[in-house]
Amino acid sequence: MSILNYLVLSGILFAIGGTAVLVRRNAIVAFMGVELMLNAANLTLVTFARMHGDLTGQVIAFFVMVVAAAEVVIGLAIIVSIFRTRGSASLDDASLLKS
Amino acid sequence: MSIDLAAILIVAVPLASAGVLLLLGRRSDGWGHWLGVLASAASAVMAFVILFGLLGRGAEDRAVDVHLFSWIPAGELDVDAGFLVDPLSATFLLLITFVGTLIHVYAVAYMEHDDDRRRFFAYLNLFIAAMLILVLADSFALLFVGWEGVGLASYLLIGFWNQRTEYAVAAKKAFVMNRVGDMGLIIAMGAMFASIGSVDFETVFAAAPELSEGWATAIGIALLIGACGKSAQFPLQAWLGDAMAGPTPVSALIHAATMVTAGVYLVVRSGAIFEASPTAQLLVVIVGAITLVFGAIVGCAKDDIKKALAASTMSQIGYMMLAAGLGPIGYAFAIFHLLTHGFFKAGMFLGAGSVMHGMNDEVNMRGFGGLSRFMKVTWITFGLGWLAIIGFPGLSGFWSKDKIIEAAFVGEGWQPWVFGMVALLAAGLTAFYMSRLFFMTFHGKARWNDGKNEAPGPEQHPHESPLLMTVPMIVLAVGSLGLGAFLAFGDRFFHWLEPVTGHAEHHDPVIPIPVIMGATVVLMLIGVLLAWRQYWASSVPLMPPTGSVLTRAARRDLYQDSVNEAVFARPGTHTVRTLTYADTAVVDGAVNGLGAGAVGLGERLRKLQNGHVRSYSAAMSVGVVLVLVIVLVARI
Repeated sequence: MSILNYLVLSGILFAIGGTAVLVRRNAIVAFMGVELMLNAANLTLVTFARMHGDLTGQVIAFFVMVVAAAEVVIGLAIIVSIFRTRGSASLDDASLLKS
Repeated sequence: MSIDLAAILIVAVPLASAGVLLLLGRRSDGWGHWLGVLASAASAVMAFVILFGLLGRGAEDRAVDVHLFSWIPAGELDVDAGFLVDPLSATFLLLITFVGTLIHVYAVAYMEHDDDRRRFFAYLNLFIAAMLILVLADSFALLFVGWEGVGLASYLLIGFWNQRTEYAVAAKKAFVMNRVGDMGLIIAMGAMFASIGSVDFETVFAAAPELSEGWATAIGIALLIGACGKSAQFPLQAWLGDAMAGPTPVSALIHAATMVTAGVYLVVRSGAIFEASPTAQLLVVIVGAITLVFGAIVGCAKDDIKKALAASTMSQIGYMMLAAGLGPIGYAFAIFHLLTHGFFKAGMFLGAGSVMHGMNDEVNMRGFGGLSRFMKVTWITFGLGWLAIIGFPGLSGFWSKDKIIEAAFVGEGWQPWVFGMVALLAAGLTAFYMSRLFFMTFHGKARWNDGKNEAPGPEQHPHESPLLMTVPMIVLAVGSLGLGAFLAFGDRFFHWLEPVTGHAEHHDPVIPIPVIMGATVVLMLIGVLLAWRQYWASSVPLMPPTGSVLTRAARRDLYQDSVNEAVFARPGTHTVRTLTYADTAVVDGAVNGLGAGAVGLGERLRKLQNGHVRSYSAAMSVGVVLVLVIVLVARI
């Protein structure tokens, strides 16, 4: 199995995640899209690490996971708090900063 | 007392008195007027101290420079404040303080019923101090201080009754027209500094003969403009008639005897500059001649006693200017006429004030007539002034005016004929309008309501003025009577002035002197006779008849205000309006447009910040893709 398939998979995952972020109104789903994009990027990093026989890419993937874990905590907290005050998790409703 | 100390005190005393009166305000109402009189009298004493101090010296030593302090030490321009006491300034000191003191005394009674009498005396003292600085200054810079000071005092006093709008307007008019002249003086100082590098008399006059004619002419003309503004000479004459809005003592002191003659002083003092430029000199004579006739014509038509006297003042100063422009042969005559004029014209103004005092402040001469029976002292003193100004043989005016007419006939070419004839004819006109004024006021039938005749208006009870007013009039009348003969006797006044004005060679006029004298006297008699026939022997209508074109023009001061309005005021207003429009449209438009543009741009950009997370992320994605494409394309 060619190593190129991993890259294609990661491309597909990134596209799915991006689409989810762009088209879904629900904050939780959009958030899942973001996570998907992060993991697609991780897969790319690991793939290239493997291709070049260099561990740097894998190390960076760990960093990304750690950051993503932290980000999930904060992001979910914000979403929950918005949901509690407004009774809705729609992204389009949370547009009060505009003016 | 030394001359130095006297020269400082003569200015300091009235200045301090003015300061005290203005600072203490109402608290000094009770005694303020007497302090003013006292300060002026003290100055007069100092003036005599200076006179005797100078007389005690030889003719060559009669110039004392009193250094006060270093005033403007600014690199190349180093101006010291100092006083120059010489026969010319001493003559002015005596005139200003002596006549000034008499008028102060007169004003004590004249202004008795005015609530602001103290303020009036404060301004009068301020005027005296400023005028003394003007004539004592030893540089054009310090002269300018006095020049502005008298302008300020004149403004304050013309508008003394500023609760009446037209008086306040008259004051403003005088002030603004004087500024035009002051501009000339400033330009003259600038030109002096540019060409000579100094503004003090000694340096400037020493350097004047070496000046190029162009510079001398420029400085001369600028000085002449200054003199025209202050002395109400053509073409800056329009303010003097309106200046009669001030109380009568002011008209007598400032607008007859002293301040308006400052222009003549300036020309005579700057003689060295004018001698370096025949063009400027000729202009002075022309200005003098025009004003001489102008004032005389206006004087023939005015029915307001003070305005008629003002026109006459203008005309007489025209005589002085004419003489001053003739060069060294005329300087002494100009100052001589200035001195005698100061006496008889101030006397007549005080007389006019006395008439107004007895007639409930009426000034229209058509409402006077036959007052000689009711105001004997005023009548006699005014009569002496009248005889003096028309040049009746033996009186002051005869000695001084005749000299000027003779001097005007001296010279070559067309000039002596033209200027001589103008001076001669104006003597006849003077006799006519002054006699008209005198006869209309004091003789003929009474045209005021005495309770028995049919005259309109409230019943009048003309009465003689109190002693405080008549005594100064009597003193001035004595001056009108004898001062000319006293000073002309043995040419002593001309010898006295010689260190300043220089010695003039005697030249014969183009017409023999006895003929000129005879013609002057004949013309004077004709003028008096004409006035007698029209204004004494026959009845004077209460309403002025329509009159000829010239009469109507003269009543309106030969349309001087209309001309100023059309030539200067209106174009000025239009220019200002255009500039205002340009300012709002162009300058403000650019600034405001810039602001509006920034606001508009912001308004557009604001739309992008709609707060929708998904549109932000879309924009971000598109941006990333775009960057990626660009980078890749650049690689390939």
